[in-house]
Amino acid sequence: MAEYLVQFGFPVWLAYGGIAVVQCMILLGIMMGAAATFTWMERKVSGRIQDRLGPTRVGGRFGWLQSPADGIKLLCKEDLIPKDADPILFRLAPYISFSASFSVFLALPFANGWVAQHLNMGVFFILAVAGLEVYGVMLGGYSSGSKWSLYGCIREAAQVVSYEVPLGLCVLIPVMVAGTLDLVTIGNMQQGWGWNWMIFHSPFMFVTFFIFVTCAVASTNRAPFDLAEAESELVAGFLTEYSGFRWSVFFMAEYGSMVMVSGLGAILFLGGWYGPIPVAELLGLTHANHAILGWLGDLLGACNFLFKAFLGVTVMMWLRWTLPRLRIDQVMTTCLKYCVPLAAAMFVGVVLWSYALPGGIFPRKTPLGAVAEGPTWPAPQATGGETP
Amino acid sequence: MINWHTLFFFLFAIPTCLFAVAVVVSANVVRMAVCLIASLACVAGLYFLAAADFVGAMQLMIYVGGTLVLLVFGVMLTGQGGYASMKITSTNWLMAGLSGGALLILLLGCAALSVDAWSPKTVAQSAPTAEAEPTVAPLGMGLLGIRVDRLSQPEATLQSGMSGYFLPFEIVSVHLLVVLIGAAYLARTRRRREAEDSA
Repeated sequence: MAEYLVQFGFPVWLAYGGIAVVQCMILLGIMMGAAATFTWMERKVSGRIQDRLGPTRVGGRFGWLQSPADGIKLLCKEDLIPKDADPILFRLAPYISFSASFSVFLALPFANGWVAQHLNMGVFFILAVAGLEVYGVMLGGYSSGSKWSLYGCIREAAQVVSYEVPLGLCVLIPVMVAGTLDLVTIGNMQQGWGWNWMIFHSPFMFVTFFIFVTCAVASTNRAPFDLAEAESELVAGFLTEYSGFRWSVFFMAEYGSMVMVSGLGAILFLGGWYGPIPVAELLGLTHANHAILGWLGDLLGACNFLFKAFLGVTVMMWLRWTLPRLRIDQVMTTCLKYCVPLAAAMFVGVVLWSYALPGGIFPRKTPLGAVAEGPTWPAPQATGGETP
Repeated sequence: MINWHTLFFFLFAIPTCLFAVAVVVSANVVRMAVCLIASLACVAGLYFLAAADFVGAMQLMIYVGGTLVLLVFGVMLTGQGGYASMKITSTNWLMAGLSGGALLILLLGCAALSVDAWSPKTVAQSAPTAEAEPTVAPLGMGLLGIRVDRLSQPEATLQSGMSGYFLPFEIVSVHLLVVLIGAAYLARTRRRREAEDSA
């Protein structure tokens, strides 16, 4: 894209810089829009599930007025900093959460080749950067100078550090089957009909997906794992002293990481940007036919991917409004006594399954584990398409 | 035209140094930890800039995301009073300055000796970021005992390096496992003794 502009006489720095800014803005715009949509959805879902009368009645047609009203309320709230707080860290904390949560989208592909920065270790980068989000919560809780906040942030630290282990194990399993850490390649391996999705690789992989969902919900601090803000015990946990805009920054970070985790699950287990029926392929929308047709196919893939990610977020809302909150010891038991051993057992199961049935049970279009093909070293797979 | 690589190098390198100094200067322990986080994260940025994606992500995962969470956690649990702060005497400053300065001179001397042609171009500007497309897969295969980069070598003597890093990797893994079991064992015994005392 930038090279295209350079052809028309734009200076190089302006072309590259401008395109970078435009791409960042598109990404931020999508995520901000998503956050607004999700607050609206959260109200609607909670209203329907828990039979709350407010959200199903208020706010004009479909309750659209509620989100702008929320926004205005948050901007107009008084911006408090407690007397005992550490002012620098207190101000810094929300932005750490926010930037960690949104930097992840740098490496998350939205369709075949539609990725801001194609890293050959995208999965690893995402896990590493997503792990930084905990600092926002910890610093926010510590610097507030409040007991409730401190309790919240200590719980958060314990929980996040523990759940990184099973989450990493669950991510490792599809990565091992695919033989690569490249998210674009992993997505493209699941091309074709729905049974090519990674989740249907083996019964063990099927179980792994549900462990992944549990750990993903825990890592985003959503109920039933929202111990860091447990409003029935800790007022609002690490958020107790935050109000107005800073609080909403934390909230956007939470929604951002929800989309990120759902997207990661979609790519690793649920076929990424390929639907259960290869519509784009049946209609001939591939790069082999024509560049524009291929672009249309990619667009369809991006819609597919976003649909899966949003479906994942909806499931997380459904869980939040259905399940009661766990106690801290139950959270730790779930992690250390159930998730970690189960994930490890599934790992062994998938290894044995891949060893016994290298070709899998279903016919595949793209073979799995192209890396483990013996002495001839395959060149890094070139994935078509430039960043949009 | 601007040299983007140099610009971004300084964009990461200067904060690295500034935050590192701030770690030393600051008296508040948690602020120190935050400065250390920022400094290490900027080092990760430098790794990414040098096209060493894997090392950069490792830096983020292990140092920034792992070790420092435990550090901040420890500071929060052990800190007495409102905000833990440290007072540094002038003797401490002198000793720190002497040892730190000696190490810095040693490091700079070694770095200066190791550069073939002492000119800034070899270090910062001509780094082949665009050409080098290293992937993680050769690294992983190396840890499994197959040196992919040596396979294409025609000479048998060079191919003999095929043993890879399997043995060191396993030694380190077993070592870490022993440490892990040891830590768990130590934590267990203490609890048991307390139970006996109370009984």
